[in-house]
Amino acid sequence: MNIDPVLVERLKQHPRKLLDFLKRWLEPTHLEKLRPKLEFQTGVLAGFSLIASILLGLTNCSTESTIQQRLKEDLIHSLSEVVPDSLHDNDLLQDTVTVPSADYKLGNQETLMYLAKKAGQVTAVCFKLIAPDGYSGAINMIMGVDREGNILGVRVLSHKETPGLGDKIEVAKSDWILKFATKSLDNVKPEQWAVKKDGGEFDQFSGATITPRKTVQAVHRGLQLFKAHQAQLIKP
Amino acid sequence: MFLSETYRKIAAEGLWHNNIVFGQNLALCPLLAVTGTATNGLGMGLATLVVITASNGLISLTRHLTPNEIRIPIFVLLIATLVTLVDIIMNAWAHELYKVLGLFIALIVTNCALLGRAEAFASKQPVKLALWDGFMMGMGFLLVLVVLGAAREISATGLLFANASVLLGDSFKFLEVTLIPHYSGFLLMALPPGGFIMLGFIIVGKRLLDQQFAEKKVNAPKNSAINSKESS
Repeated sequence: MNIDPVLVERLKQHPRKLLDFLKRWLEPTHLEKLRPKLEFQTGVLAGFSLIASILLGLTNCSTESTIQQRLKEDLIHSLSEVVPDSLHDNDLLQDTVTVPSADYKLGNQETLMYLAKKAGQVTAVCFKLIAPDGYSGAINMIMGVDREGNILGVRVLSHKETPGLGDKIEVAKSDWILKFATKSLDNVKPEQWAVKKDGGEFDQFSGATITPRKTVQAVHRGLQLFKAHQAQLIKP
Repeated sequence: MFLSETYRKIAAEGLWHNNIVFGQNLALCPLLAVTGTATNGLGMGLATLVVITASNGLISLTRHLTPNEIRIPIFVLLIATLVTLVDIIMNAWAHELYKVLGLFIALIVTNCALLGRAEAFASKQPVKLALWDGFMMGMGFLLVLVVLGAAREISATGLLFANASVLLGDSFKFLEVTLIPHYSGFLLMALPPGGFIMLGFIIVGKRLLDQQFAEKKVNAPKNSAINSKESS
């Protein structure tokens, strides 16, 4: 097939013409004349919205899977904080059981239990719990319990407590939360599940009593939830 | 001097004379919300610095396209898009940083100073100047955030830059100091009312300094005023 060289030349001119046109159109003096026109204003607003939506959509699509992956890594990391890797050889995210938890005031109707298994036998159970009544909103926590009901560890995932006072429940800021390890419903009496101010055995913070009080109470309720389903959870 | 007169003037405006907080009384909502500690102030300041510089640049770049009648919706659209993009991209590609700064980035949308600078400066000036103005306004805001955060933290807990290593990495552990050992704590300062009270004191301090500068300028002849400023 023969292509007319004149046509090729004309096609080559085309982008250059378009570019020249765009350059002239974007000239400040030219835009100044356009700006008061209603149809230009409508067009500009529509154009900006279109570009913004395209940018946001593209970014969202291209990062969605990465963000999901990051959140999954975060979850695995938090799980490994409260359940030592040596206790299991399975994938915690795959071995889960859902139990009803509406009666325990842990913020959810149902709680997803991650089962840590070694050689097919459940060694520990890990679950998220929420203290819905923190000083300034819900305190999200994760807790690991061994098959006998002793706490392996508790960590705070997110909260809105007062910076500098209530945020000592974070492990990065204070080792307070580590004191829960090895505690259970058997070795701490029900009335001892409270801060010292209320006659319990857990420290409060100077300047913040409500935050640790509600945290202790939520952990206590979490243990009760585990105990209620212990038989079902630890059977192989 | 390696900066021209215009650039120096913009810097002085942003850092001191027309500071977002002191001069324009803007951005008080994020200011009082996060300055419980100096570290939080620093985090918020850094996040705002990046976004205000970028938004100023973008708005200046599109200033010829923006008709006067619909400039506000366009500014809002641009700033909101920018903040959301930063939020998404940081969450995906700088996740560790996002876990520390993420909270502050969402709060930037409530910062009216961005819209203020877009309206007052970026929409009328060339890109280079707009970027510089955004950067200096951001620096001025960062300064106030850190000073207010430090003042509140010291009076509330006796510590300074507590947990800075969580934000900046372990190499900045040296910033964390106990200024007043065995301090019993002053709860009010860590709570929002303390923020208002301390901000009041800091604004009074700034006004007193301004007054002193003005008196010096009036009393002393021009040359000696410059000399005494340099020597002091």
